[in-house]
Amino acid sequence: MKTHQFEVLVVGAGGAGLMAGLYASRTAKTAIISKLYPTRSHTGAAQGGVGAALGSSEEDHPEWHTYDTVKGSDYLGDQDAIEFMCEEAVAAVYELEHMGLPFDRTPEGKISQRPFGGHTNNVTGKPVMRACHAADRTGHMILQTLYQQCIKNNVTFFDEYQVVDLLMTNGKAAGVVAIEIATGEMHVFQAKAVIFATGGHGRIWEITSNAYAYTGDGVAITLRRGIPAEDMEFFQFHPTGIYKLGILITEGVRGEGGILINGKGERFMEKYAPTVKDLASRDVISRAIYMEVRDGNGVNGKNYVYLDVRPESVNHYAALDGRKRPDGSPFVVTGEEILSKLPDIVDFCRVYLGVDPITQPMPIQPTAHYAMGGIPTNQFGEVKKDENKTIIPGLYAAGECACVSVHGANRLGTNSLLDIIVFGKHAGLRAAEFSKGADFQPLPADPTAFAQAQFEGFLKGDGRENAFDIAMEMKKVMFDDMGIFRSGKGMQNALEKVRELKERFKHVRVQDTGKIFNMDLINAWELGNLLDLAEVTTVSALARTESRGGHSREDYPSRDDQNWLKHTFAWVNETGKIELKYQPVTITKYQPKARVY
Amino acid sequence: MQVTIKVFRYNPEKDKKPHYETYQLEADPTDRVLDLLEKVKGYKDGTLSFRRSCAHGVCGSDAMRINGSNKLACKALVHDFGAKITVEPILGLRVIKDLIVDMEPFFDNFRKVLPYFINDDPAPEKERYQSQEDRERFDDTTKCILCAACTTSCPSFWASDEYLGPSAIVNAHRFIFDSRDQGAAQRLKIMNEIMGVSRCHTVFNCTLACPREIQITKAIGEVKKALMTGSLE
Repeated sequence: MKTHQFEVLVVGAGGAGLMAGLYASRTAKTAIISKLYPTRSHTGAAQGGVGAALGSSEEDHPEWHTYDTVKGSDYLGDQDAIEFMCEEAVAAVYELEHMGLPFDRTPEGKISQRPFGGHTNNVTGKPVMRACHAADRTGHMILQTLYQQCIKNNVTFFDEYQVVDLLMTNGKAAGVVAIEIATGEMHVFQAKAVIFATGGHGRIWEITSNAYAYTGDGVAITLRRGIPAEDMEFFQFHPTGIYKLGILITEGVRGEGGILINGKGERFMEKYAPTVKDLASRDVISRAIYMEVRDGNGVNGKNYVYLDVRPESVNHYAALDGRKRPDGSPFVVTGEEILSKLPDIVDFCRVYLGVDPITQPMPIQPTAHYAMGGIPTNQFGEVKKDENKTIIPGLYAAGECACVSVHGANRLGTNSLLDIIVFGKHAGLRAAEFSKGADFQPLPADPTAFAQAQFEGFLKGDGRENAFDIAMEMKKVMFDDMGIFRSGKGMQNALEKVRELKERFKHVRVQDTGKIFNMDLINAWELGNLLDLAEVTTVSALARTESRGGHSREDYPSRDDQNWLKHTFAWVNETGKIELKYQPVTITKYQPKARVY
Repeated sequence: MQVTIKVFRYNPEKDKKPHYETYQLEADPTDRVLDLLEKVKGYKDGTLSFRRSCAHGVCGSDAMRINGSNKLACKALVHDFGAKITVEPILGLRVIKDLIVDMEPFFDNFRKVLPYFINDDPAPEKERYQSQEDRERFDDTTKCILCAACTTSCPSFWASDEYLGPSAIVNAHRFIFDSRDQGAAQRLKIMNEIMGVSRCHTVFNCTLACPREIQITKAIGEVKKALMTGSLE
C-alpha cells in the first residue's frame, strides 16, 4: 500500500474534474485521479454546444437562459443555483475561448451560436441561438482544451487509477482509496479536500449514449459512506440516439433545421409542441416519439422514427416556419453546409448505419443519456449530507455526478457542458480555499479495509452467476420499466428484478486473479455500482406519485406541485435499506406554471 | 453469422511469451469488433483485457490492429472484415497485457510539442475575434483524439519511439496554424529537431490509420513547408 498526500484531490478528469483541478492547483497542492486517461472522459462525447447568452447574432440575456432552464427543469431546479449558473455562463465561455478553444465563428469573427431545444427568446417564445459550438464536437474541444491547460500548468495526474472508496474522519473528508490499474496495488490518498467529478451512470439502461466508463462510481461510493443521493428518479432520455445502438445524435441537428418524421411521413412534433416543435425540451420529444411508436406510427411498424436533415427537407420546413437568418434572409442550407456543421454525425451514420444523412433520413430512438440526480451539493460544490443543507467539511462534487440542482427534472441541452465548467471551477476554488484553513484529518487505522473487502468478495464467489448476464438483465428491465414512461406496476417489477440481481451478483466470481490490468475485477466492481444505483433510482421513482420532467408515470400523469415540489434525498442504511427524505425546491422569481412549448 | 476471432494474448504474470487464442462467436454483420471482444470477455474468457470507453469512436481508448491495420475496435464493423478477424495490440509501444500497451511514450511525445494555447497578451473582456477562414485553417487537426492509431502505424516510430510521431505533430499543427496563438516559433523549433518532422518519409500509413480521417501527411507537410519557408501562409 502506498500513501500520498495532497491538499486537494479531484476524482475524475472530464470537464468538471479538469476545471476543478486547474482552479484548485493555482493555490493548493492538487492531484487529479482518473480511471481513464483524461482525454478518454465522456465530456469528449458531447456534441452540440455549451449554452451561454452571449448574444453573438441576436438578442439574448442570462435572465432568459435562467427562465428557460427553470422551465426545462419542470420547476424542480433550484432557482438561485440556476440564476448563478446562467449569469456565470457568459464569462465562462469567454474564458474557454481565451484558453484557445476553437469555437466556430460568425462572419464577424465572434463565437458562433446555434438554436437548441428549450432555449428561447422569452418575448417571442421562438428558438434563440444560444449554443456556442465547435462543429458537432464541442465537448471534445472542451475536454482537449482543459487537458492542454492542465499540461501547461503542470497539474499532477494519476491516470488509470480507479478510486474505490472515500475516507471520512470526524465527519470530514480525509482522503480516498484507489487501485492503480496497471499494478493492482491499493493507494491511499490523504487530502484536506476531495472533489468528486466522476460523471454519470447511464450504463444502467440497455439503449444508452453513455460510455462503458459511466458506472456511477462517485455516487455509489458516497452512498456506501452514508451520504445521500438526490433526485435519482430523474434520468434523461435523449430523443435522438442511433437506432439500436443508442449513440448520440446531437440536438444540434435540429438546431440546424433537422426535423422528426414518423412512419407516415408526418412532422409529428407540431402536435406536441406547436411553438418550438422539434426544438422542445428533450423529455417532451422523447415522450412524443414513444407515443408515436405506441400508436403504430413508427417507421415500418418498428420502434423508431426518422430524424431528417436532408437539405430539401430542412429548407421545406424552414420555409413553412418562416425561419430567417440573423441578417433577415431566408434560412436555406446546402449539403456542404450540413456536412461542415455536423461532420461527426454524418460520419457516425455512415459507419454504423450505412446511411448518408445528406441524402437519407436517420433512424433514431430515445437513448438513456444524462443523470439529473446525484450527490447533493450547493452552488459551490459543497456536498450536503442531509435535507437541511448541512455541509460535509472538505467534500465536494461537480458535474454529472452532482445534483446542485440546476437541471431539476429535465436538463436542457447545452447545460451539461455549462454545468461542468461553472461548477467545476467553483468546486475547485472552494476546495482550495477550504484546504488553506484546514488540517489533514487522521486516516482510519486500516484505510483500505472496506475497499479490500469489496474486491476480495469477487474472488471468493461460488461462480454460479455470470456478471455479463446480470448486467444484461439489469439493462433490459431498467429500459423496459424505468424508461421514458413508468408505472407503479412496472417499477415494482424493476425493483424486484434489481433486488434479485443484487442477490445473484453475490455469486459472481471473476476469472482473472492477476494484479496487472485486472479489468475483470474492476468491471465487476463497476457493475455493483450500477446495481446499487438502479435500486436507488427505482425506489426514489416509485415514491414520487406524479409526472415531472424525465419522470413520467402513466398512473400519475400530472405534475403535482402541491405535494411534490421537492427534491428526493435517498440514503442506503447499514442494513441496505433505502430511506427517503425530501427538501423543498428553492424558488426565487419563477412560480411554477403549466409547461408548454 | 459465425465469426472466428483470433486474439493476441499476453499475461505478464503467467506467460513467458505472447500467444494467440481463437474464439468462435455468433455475430451480426453490423456488430463492432469491440462487441465481439466484450462477448469473449463476458462468456468465454474473463481474463481478456483491453481498454474501451465511449464505444463510438470519440474517446480514443481502443486503438488496435485488426486484420493488420490500425483501427478503433468500436468503429470497425464485422462486415468490413468477414468471418475471420485477427486482433492484435498496436505496434511500437510495449505490450502490458493482451491488447493493452504502455501509452506513456506516446503521451510524452504529445507533451513535448507545447500542446496548449500560447498568447501572453492580456485577454479581452469578450472573445478574441477570429475570421471563419482563419478558423478553418486548422480545423482538421483539432479533431485528434490521441488514440495513437497514426503514430503506431508509422515505420519511423517503430524504429524509435523518440520520434515525435504523427499525432504529436498533428497537435503542434493545431496550434502553429491558429491565428490567435503566439507559440509557433517555439513549436517549429521543436519540429525541426532531429526527432521532429524530418523523420516523416511520407509513407501515408498515418493518414490511412486515422479514425477521424485527419489528413495527417498533409498536416505534417504544412509544418515542413513552414520550416522551409519560414512562413505560415
